[in-house]
Amino acid sequence: MPVETQEERGETASPVGEIQLLRWSLLSWEPLPLSGASLRSHDSWTCSLLVPECRLWDPVHVFLTPVVPQWPFYNLDTMFMRGLKRKCFDGEEDIEGTLAGIKAIPSYNLQRQSLLDMSLVKLQLCHMLVEPNLCRSVLIANTVRQIQEEMTQDGTWQMINMQNTGQASVDRLVSTDILCRSSREQAEGKHVPGYSTFSKDFEGDQAQDSSETMSTASSVQALRNLQSNVWEMENSQENKGNFQKSLDQIFETLENKSPNSVEDLFSEVDNSYYDLDTMLTGMMSNTKMGHCDGLEPFPSPTTTTSSSNCKSDLNELDHIVEILVES
Amino acid sequence: MCWKHKFASLCLHLFHCVATLDSNADIISTVEFNHTGELLATGDKGGRVVIFQREPESKNEPYSQGEYNVYSTFQSHEPEFDYLKSLEIEEKINKIKWLPQQNAAHSLLSTNDKTIKLWKITERDKRPEGYNLKDEEGKLKDLSTVTSLQVPVLKPMDLMVEVTPRRIFANGHTYHVNSISVNSDCETYMSADDLRINLWHLAITDRSFNIVDIKPANMEDLTEVITASEFHPHHCNLFVYSSSKGSLRLCDMRASALCDKHSKLYEEPEDPSNRSFFSEIISSVSDVKFSHSGRYMLTRDYLTVKVWDLNMETKPVETYQVHDYLRSKLCSLYENDCIFDKFECAWNGSDSVIMTGAYNNFFRMFDRNTKRDVTLEASRESSKPRAILKPRRVCVGGKRRKDDISVDSLDFTKKILHTAWHPTENIIAIAATNNLYIFQDKVNSEMH
Repeated sequence: MPVETQEERGETASPVGEIQLLRWSLLSWEPLPLSGASLRSHDSWTCSLLVPECRLWDPVHVFLTPVVPQWPFYNLDTMFMRGLKRKCFDGEEDIEGTLAGIKAIPSYNLQRQSLLDMSLVKLQLCHMLVEPNLCRSVLIANTVRQIQEEMTQDGTWQMINMQNTGQASVDRLVSTDILCRSSREQAEGKHVPGYSTFSKDFEGDQAQDSSETMSTASSVQALRNLQSNVWEMENSQENKGNFQKSLDQIFETLENKSPNSVEDLFSEVDNSYYDLDTMLTGMMSNTKMGHCDGLEPFPSPTTTTSSSNCKSDLNELDHIVEILVES
Repeated sequence: MCWKHKFASLCLHLFHCVATLDSNADIISTVEFNHTGELLATGDKGGRVVIFQREPESKNEPYSQGEYNVYSTFQSHEPEFDYLKSLEIEEKINKIKWLPQQNAAHSLLSTNDKTIKLWKITERDKRPEGYNLKDEEGKLKDLSTVTSLQVPVLKPMDLMVEVTPRRIFANGHTYHVNSISVNSDCETYMSADDLRINLWHLAITDRSFNIVDIKPANMEDLTEVITASEFHPHHCNLFVYSSSKGSLRLCDMRASALCDKHSKLYEEPEDPSNRSFFSEIISSVSDVKFSHSGRYMLTRDYLTVKVWDLNMETKPVETYQVHDYLRSKLCSLYENDCIFDKFECAWNGSDSVIMTGAYNNFFRMFDRNTKRDVTLEASRESSKPRAILKPRRVCVGGKRRKDDISVDSLDFTKKILHTAWHPTENIIAIAATNNLYIFQDKVNSEMH
């Protein structure tokens, strides 16, 4: 099957966004080889002669090798160190203040947080698997609910949301997919904060439609995100409800479990993991939001997604998906 | 001899270590003796079933009596692809259950995640010879050469075991089938998946009755799944199913067509001192087995085995710790997914001893009468033929005896999930990944 390249379409795409999308697509489709040789081989699908080596794959390959997550969260020592690091980088006073509160019993909260992170990743992964084990998913989801309930009672839940909100709203500008989805959510009157967004039921056609109106809507969305984030923050119950909703939506998707529309799978994977990142690293990343120190895995705040980028990214998405499906 | 003496010496002689197979497809996924114990069926991840038969005892060679040898091998299930959901259906055999023998043939049910199959195993040891129209190779004879008529006679031949699929019970389950159980009426059986239990008639493949459905109207509300189920050994109307929340439900099919409402709910209140984020996960019941008497039920959760009296719903009558030293390691076990391992459990023929597997190729036996327990290891190194199995010990810090193993050096990839006990004798079958071990208690072959 001939593969249309970006050059042929006359578009350019933001490399960082593309890397993000590609990485998650590869991770969810395990049989795809990651070695450089196979990535560059065009035997299984034809590549346009205009592209000597498939430029699409190269940055991914390079990117993947050093960046595969190490899951330091499981190591409580590292987790604790990250907590300290956070304290050093964060200049904002209120965050320091809340950190002081956490510092009182760092190990329990950190342990709990680490467990929550681990569980979310497990849920994420099992959602990405072809055949999720329902019993395991249910047990992990129940554990997550339990932690979340306890955190809500503790008041730590609200604290984390407060910390996150600032990051999340800006980070939303980065991922066009989030924007695309957020726009639809706004239309549906439903919005979830970064921390709690999980994979949702997607309608492929909606994603397609929204791409058209994306360019005009994106800037408006960003504003709305900020507003609604503030609103969300003040309403912790709402957060909890949203969290619950998001969690529940996992089961819907588990049940439906039909990534026939590859865009769905793609968007879900990317978006939810992105939010996972936000949650995991949002606290870590410093207040210098617009900067990128070296190669930051995710989310990368450097990219400025203009409206044209957004549209092209979606086309890129289709393009990549086509490749994956062919292979 | 008193039981204490027998058990303390623990003379389990390794009888026959059956083949070792190396690839991933050969991981044994289920083990089951038939009702007489003469046959032992194993299913593996590659969809194959291997049946072992016990050699009849002979006085000439006392050491070869009772050995299990391969009787038949067949491919039960093939990998399938569900085009609607774009999902592959694994061919791994989840469960095998033997039907009570009613004629010369043996029958068993085997199931993968979606489809249950009824197989008939027959022997052929005679062959008719002397046909009039066909010659030795089966070619048609030239009629002009036939001058007289003869009656074909049956001549003995090498034993041939033929296995044929008699019924295929497909499309009954949306979720993964985790258990099957043949009813004592020998006409029906049930199959349970994560959310539903279906009742089938052995002769009817295009229809099944749904008897339990715990799927919530909104999948978002799903918090509990069915993990195992079994029919009562004597009462054809009773069955039990276990859940991921650690509860057991006994249902009576006479009460209503849909047994969503249990007749009895067996649940032990949570111990508040041991509460943690993992409490629910470790309370999930991975296996439930009725005792041969039908009076008790045996359940296995992650750290314990419990014996329940059918008449008492509030708590189990006995609780045995399988590997309590793992309680402080739950977080790591959660991380590497070992906490989701589903161990099986087994009764001996007289319901006096219970057995279950653990990690590091260890398996545990608990004597209900003397309250003594033992840990044994199924491994090639410690299991030379005719060797006596040595009891093993896991030490948790503190004093360490020679040959003790510390908790941190346990191999969590070597897990014994599937075990089976001969219905009348002290013979056990242990599946250790892709090896099958059969142990016999030669000294105490009579069950007490």
